[in-house]
Amino acid sequence: MTAETFRPGVFVDAVRFVGDNPHLILDKTLEHLQLSLIAIVISLVIALPVGVILGHLHRGSFLAINLGNVGRALPSLAVIAFGLAIFGIGHANVIFALVVLAVPPIVTNAYVAVDGVEPDAVEAARGMGMSPAQMLQRVEIPLALPLIFAGIRTASLYVVATATLAGIVGGGGLGDIIVNQASYRLAGVVGAALCVSGLAFLVDALLAAAQRAVTPPGLRGRVPSFEPDSVTRAAG
Amino acid sequence: MTSEPVIPDFGQGSDCVREDRFFCWDWTQQHWDDTFQPALVEHIELTLIAVSIGFVISFALALLAYRVRRFDAPIGALSGFLYTIPSLALFQLLVPVTGLTVTTVEVALVSYTMLVLFRNILEGLRAAPPDVREAARAMGLSPRQSFLRVELPLALPAILAGLRIATVMTISLATVGAFVVPEGLGAPIFSGLREFFQTKFVVAGALAVALALVADALLVLVGRALTPWAHARRPA
Amino acid sequence: MKMVNRLVELDEGDVLLDDRSVRTLDETQLRRSVGYVIQQVGLFPHMTVGDNVAVVPRLLQWPKARIAGRVDELLQLMGLEPAEFRDRYPSQLSGGQRQRVGIARALAGDPGVLLMDEPFGALDPITRTRLQGEFLRLQDAVRKTVLFVTHDIDEAVRVGDRIAILREGGELVQYDTPNAILSHPADDFVAQLVGADRGLKLLALHRVDEVELEPVSLAGEDDPRVDASATLRDALSLMLTEAATHCVVTNGTRPLGTLSLDRIAELLAPR
Repeated sequence: MTAETFRPGVFVDAVRFVGDNPHLILDKTLEHLQLSLIAIVISLVIALPVGVILGHLHRGSFLAINLGNVGRALPSLAVIAFGLAIFGIGHANVIFALVVLAVPPIVTNAYVAVDGVEPDAVEAARGMGMSPAQMLQRVEIPLALPLIFAGIRTASLYVVATATLAGIVGGGGLGDIIVNQASYRLAGVVGAALCVSGLAFLVDALLAAAQRAVTPPGLRGRVPSFEPDSVTRAAG
Repeated sequence: MTSEPVIPDFGQGSDCVREDRFFCWDWTQQHWDDTFQPALVEHIELTLIAVSIGFVISFALALLAYRVRRFDAPIGALSGFLYTIPSLALFQLLVPVTGLTVTTVEVALVSYTMLVLFRNILEGLRAAPPDVREAARAMGLSPRQSFLRVELPLALPAILAGLRIATVMTISLATVGAFVVPEGLGAPIFSGLREFFQTKFVVAGALAVALALVADALLVLVGRALTPWAHARRPA
Repeated sequence: MKMVNRLVELDEGDVLLDDRSVRTLDETQLRRSVGYVIQQVGLFPHMTVGDNVAVVPRLLQWPKARIAGRVDELLQLMGLEPAEFRDRYPSQLSGGQRQRVGIARALAGDPGVLLMDEPFGALDPITRTRLQGEFLRLQDAVRKTVLFVTHDIDEAVRVGDRIAILREGGELVQYDTPNAILSHPADDFVAQLVGADRGLKLLALHRVDEVELEPVSLAGEDDPRVDASATLRDALSLMLTEAATHCVVTNGTRPLGTLSLDRIAELLAPR
């Protein structure tokens, strides 16, 4: 790879690049978003029930918590490479890798959230004669929402940023531009990177809105603004 | 790492290599010394250097923020933004500044570790409960003594948690760093991907995962040893 | 109270410790010579019980052997078996045990003065009563000057040699022995503070054998017996519940004299 000389103007060039190539950027961004969203949805479907139910039963803490630790430790590039080895080139391998990376934080947070719901509230619910399903639906989940969402938001940020690596294995998305400095120049790379960043903010804002919508009025208090907790890893 | 071509092996290579199966034990054994071991060692070096430097700088900054309140918010906002910039792009962005050298990779890695460590160290320093601080002051501990004997030890759990996260994060990011400079375990991963030779990137990826998990476990043990009070069980 | 060890600085006036103004003393040195116990205890969570107690002696740079001995001595004094408790962490102790360690820690440097800020406020009533009793026994053994802050008038009456009553705003309203405060409250505020039952509180301060008793013969066969170590208040309560006008004060099985309701009333009537 040849090294271009650094000019602060590269950021301006990056913005210009985005302006000059709307179709390319839009195409790639949508593809990126699609990859991310599919991975997030699949992860939610797998991880949320597991985390919530284990938390409700107050069992499997060793599994739930260590799953989070192990998941956090997995080098994302390695997982993407494994995905390629298993699925070959295409979207499936990227989505597989992203799901593997996203499931652990969601499970861990969901588990900790539901497990940690005020015991008094849970006990009162049981005392009132609620069935387990009702307890979950009316008491435990609403109270656990902030922390559950924190896990979802963390995982989503991570997915959007890591989806960039798809470009390395020909999986599409904005990563295609970022690995191709030869064709798109540094300006293109930076431009695409800024788009990834913007996409991440967008996804987080959507999730924040979803969180606000789903949280019961009495608990609304403060929905934290975009702020990765120390559990978030930077884009792999 | 040597640049000995792999594909010419095909003429003399085993069936496994020719068919590009998932994992070729013979090839791995053959090339352990020239491909995998050096990469592993480089990777460990990269990680240790980045985390050490990042820790020192973060500690200094956190100490400053601890004493002078105003630092906190701007750094928080900055790190929020930096998290979402894909590391692939950041590495490339730094190349014109620091060249196609390991320094580039290290600068990026150090920056990412600081994002985690600064926050964790600062939170750790703030962790001492008010009544403990009051007792320390009232007993006649000078400010320096109070810091060294009370506040700092009580900050250890958070600091160690941050170190743990920063280390596995760095191991992961360092693999991506090989995109610009072929050092560390990322190098065989990228070259393996380029050459469509699965064994290479599968083994390198597995090594990266193993390294991360071992590092994580080690830091947990170190943490347990340094903070005995956090694990004390209530006697029967 | 925090002005005594300068956790709060003095704007006006002065605090004299051994006739020296605290303003002239070095802050840190001052605090090492004054013991301080607070409601939430503030034990250092990362240090064992033994290390917690040893903090001030270490600051004063006592020799190691002396420190170790002192730690064990104080733990023993507070009713905590040293071998069992020395190496435990605060998180492994109950609330009452923690406060006992807190007191031991405050006494470790052998201070002349002990400051105690509602030390038993965070404990359940049973533990609180027990620790009050232990504190009294401790005082008998150790004889320190203690500044004890409390909102509980009963605690003050039980524990204090002298009580300073401060009105909201910090104005000193009365400073006297519990006996004097209960029998002659300085104003309505104090009277209300000590409660409408101050007569009974006063009775609780005195044992039956402190009073001049009447001859045993005055009591009847059925009259209740009360031990010499009981308080006048207990005797009163006993007589009322047994519907008797007299009771016999005994020491073991030996009768010492008779105490009557009239006599008790006489004691309370203004002199």
